[in-house]
Amino acid sequence: MKISRSRFVRSLALASALAALPVVALPGFASAQTAPSADGITVYNAQHASLTKEWVERFTRETGIKVTVRNGSDMELGNQIVQEGAASPADVFLTENSPAMALVDNAGLFAPLGAETLAPVPDSFRPANGHWVGIAARSTVFAYNTGKLTQDKLPKSLLDLANPEWKGRWAASPAGADFQAIVGALLQLKGEAATASWLKAMKENAKPYRGNSVAMKAVNAGEVEGAVIYHYYYIGDQARTGGENSKNVALHYFRNGDPGAFVSISGAGMLASSKNKREAEAFVKFLTGKGGQEVLRDGDSYEYAVAGGIASNAKLEPLDKLQAPKVKPEALNNKAVTDLMTAAGLL
Amino acid sequence: MPLAFVVWITIQTGWDTVVELVFRRRVGELLVNTLLLVLLTLPLSILVAVTLAWLTERSDLPGRRFWAWLAVAPLAVPAFVHSYAWVTVAPGLHGLAAAVLVSVLAYSPFLYLPVAAQLRRLDPTMEDVAASLGHGPWRVFLTVVLPQLRLAVCGGSLLIGLHLLAEYGLYVMIQFDTFTTAIVDQFQSAYNGPAANMLAGVLVLLCMGLMGGEVLLRGQERYARVGSGAARRAAPAELGRATLLCLLIPLLFAALSLGVPLLTLGRWLAIGGSRIWQGADIGGAIIQTVALALAGALLTTLAAAPMAWLSVRAPGRLQRVLEACHYYVGSLPGVVVALSLVTITVRVALPLYQTVGTVLLAYMLLFLPRALVGLRASLAQAPVELERAAMALGRTPLQAVRQITFRLAAPGAAASMAMVALGITNELTATLMLAPSGTRTLATEFWSLTSEIDYAGAAPYAVMMVAASLPMTILLHIQSKRAAGR
Repeated sequence: MKISRSRFVRSLALASALAALPVVALPGFASAQTAPSADGITVYNAQHASLTKEWVERFTRETGIKVTVRNGSDMELGNQIVQEGAASPADVFLTENSPAMALVDNAGLFAPLGAETLAPVPDSFRPANGHWVGIAARSTVFAYNTGKLTQDKLPKSLLDLANPEWKGRWAASPAGADFQAIVGALLQLKGEAATASWLKAMKENAKPYRGNSVAMKAVNAGEVEGAVIYHYYYIGDQARTGGENSKNVALHYFRNGDPGAFVSISGAGMLASSKNKREAEAFVKFLTGKGGQEVLRDGDSYEYAVAGGIASNAKLEPLDKLQAPKVKPEALNNKAVTDLMTAAGLL
Repeated sequence: MPLAFVVWITIQTGWDTVVELVFRRRVGELLVNTLLLVLLTLPLSILVAVTLAWLTERSDLPGRRFWAWLAVAPLAVPAFVHSYAWVTVAPGLHGLAAAVLVSVLAYSPFLYLPVAAQLRRLDPTMEDVAASLGHGPWRVFLTVVLPQLRLAVCGGSLLIGLHLLAEYGLYVMIQFDTFTTAIVDQFQSAYNGPAANMLAGVLVLLCMGLMGGEVLLRGQERYARVGSGAARRAAPAELGRATLLCLLIPLLFAALSLGVPLLTLGRWLAIGGSRIWQGADIGGAIIQTVALALAGALLTTLAAAPMAWLSVRAPGRLQRVLEACHYYVGSLPGVVVALSLVTITVRVALPLYQTVGTVLLAYMLLFLPRALVGLRASLAQAPVELERAAMALGRTPLQAVRQITFRLAAPGAAASMAMVALGITNELTATLMLAPSGTRTLATEFWSLTSEIDYAGAAPYAVMMVAASLPMTILLHIQSKRAAGR
C-alpha cells in the first residue's frame, strides 16, 4: 500500500509537471479543429470589417463560394503571412493601404493575377508587376475644428505641422497602418533625413490617439485643433450618425502634390500558396469588377472606387481634384517607417 | 515556458539590439506610466475597499447586506466596458487620472472581497483588550484591526496589480499607454517583431517585481489566535449622526461603478434601437463564446486537479515549486502568453497554429491559478480517511481518488470552472491573437465595433457579457461569505 501510494504521488507530480509545461497540447483535438478550408476560401482582411462583410455577402450570393474572414490590421496580417510562408492558411489578402501589400510581394508570396482581374483598374492604382491590385482608395486630410481654426490659419503643407507653432495643437494615430502609410509616402517623396526630423518634431507637437476615428472625436470635442486622418471617417460619421462625432469638424485637403495630399491605395492579392486559386482569383476579380466597386459607391464605407469606370460616392470630393503626389505604391517601405518611428519614440 | 521563450528571443535578438530596444525613451515613458498607474491605483483601491468593507461588516449602516452586494457587483462589468461607459459619459476623460479612476472602480471589489471576509472573521477580543488599555476607537482600528487585514490587503493588491499590468482594452479606450498597449501596438505594426518581444520581457520583469514585493510586504508575523473556543461576533459600531454621511460613501461608489456603466449601456441601447440587434450576428458570437469558455474551463480544471490534489495530500518541496510555477505562469499578461504561443506555433508546431487547441492552451496557462484556488479548498474538505477506506476495500489509488475524493470535491470544481469561464468570456488579447480565422466572441465583436466608434452597435455585446458574468459574481460573493463561516 505504502509503495503504490508513493508511486502514485510521483506519477501525479509528473502529470502536473506536464500541465505546467504544456508541450502536449492535446494534439488530436487540436488538429481536428484546424481552420476551415474544405470548401470556400480564407481571406486575411485588414480592411474595415464592415466593408469586407458587405463584399463577402454579395460575392457569396453571386457565386456560392464561401468565405472565412480573419480580421486584423495591415502590418499584423502582412507580417503574419510572411512568417507563415508557404504554409499560410490564407488564400486572399486585403489591406487598407499599400505597404503591407509591398511587404508580402517582396517576400515573393503573391501569385500573379490574370489580365481580366487587372484590366478594370487604371495603371496608377496598381503595381507594374501585377502581383496585387488596387481595390479602393482613401485620401489624406487635415480634419480641423471649425471653432478653433479658420481657412486662413490652416497648414499649407503636411510639413508645416513640424513647426514649433503647432506644438500640442494637432493629433494623429501613429500606431495605425493608415498613418504609417502617410509617413511611407513622405519617406518616398522627401527622403530619410527629412522624414526622420519631421517625425522627431511630431513627437513634440502631436497628441497620439489610437485610431483615426478617435482622433477625429478629439478634434470634434476641441481637445486638439486638427488631426491628420483619412477622408472617410468624417463623411461616414456625417452620414451614419448625423455628426455625433464630427459636427464641429471640417476637412482640409492639402492638394498641390503635397505629401499631405497622398492618396493611399487599398490592395488585394492572391497568395501563391493558395490551394483554392480559382475561387481566390474569382474573389479578387469580383472586387475590381462591377460588383465590388458598386459596394464602394452605394455602401457606407465612403472609400473611393478605383476600377471599371464606376463613379465614387457622390458625397466625396472627386479623386481627380485632389492633386495627389505621385507615389509608387509597390515601393512603400513600412519596415523603414516603423524603424524611424520607433527611433523617434512614437512607437 | 513563456519565460524561457522571452529569454530565448533575447539571446536570438543579440545583445546590442536588445540594449537599443530596451533602453530608449519610449520604454522609459511606458515605465513611468505603468508605475504611476500601479502606485496611485493600489492605495486608493485599498482605501475604498477597506472603507466599504468596514462599513458593511462592522458598522450599523442601514441596508449593509444590500451595500455589500453592490460593492461586489462591479466585477460583473468587464473592465473595458467600464471604460467604454466612462468615455461615453465624459469624452475628454484621458490620461493618468482617468486611468486611475476607472481602474479603482473596476478592480476595487478584488480587494473588497478578501478584506470583508477577513473583517468578519476577526476576533473582537483583541480590540476589547486594546480599548481597555485606553486606546481610542481610531487608534484601535489603526493598531489592532488594520495590521490583521495585512494578508488580505496584500493578496488583493497583488491581484489588482497584475490586472493593471495585463489590461489592454480599458487603457486603450481612455488613451493611456502602458506596456501592454505598447506591445499590442508593436504587434499590429510588425507582428511578432523583436521590439514587441523586448517590451514583453520588461513587462515580465515588472510582474515578477510585483510578486516579489508582495512576498516582502506580507511579512512573517503571526496572525493566529491562541486559545480555544469560537470567536464571538463583533458588535457593530454605532455610526450615530455620521450615518447619513457614511451612507453617501457606498452610494457614491455604486453610482460611479455601476450606475455609470448601466446608464450608458441603457442609453446606447435606446439610441441604437432595433438596428443593433438585427444586423449583428449576436447569437453566433454567444455560441462561440460559450463553447470556448466551457471547453477552456473544463480543460483548465482538469489540468489543475493533479496539482490541487498534491498540494492538499502530499505537500512537500517539489510540490511547492510546481505550485509556484503554476502561479507564476498565471500571473503573466495575456499578451505575453499569446505572443510566445504565436511564435512557437508558427515556427515549430505549425499544425497547432491558429487552432482551437492553441487558444485553449493559452486560456489554461492564464487561468490555472483561478482553478487551483477553488479546487484546493474543496479537496481539503474531502476527508482522507474515506480515500483510505476505499483503498482498503480494494480500489486502486487512482480509482479511490476518482470515485471518492473528486466526487466530494465536485462543488469546488464547479466553482473553479465558473471562475475560469468568466475569465475566458471577457478575455480579449489572447483571443484576438491566437484564435482560428472566423472566430467571433462577444469580447472581440465588442472590441471591433468600439474601435470603429460604433458605440451603439457594441452595446448588445456588452450587455451579454455583463449578463454572463452576473451569476459568477453572485457565486463569488456567496463563496467568500461561506469561507468566513457564515
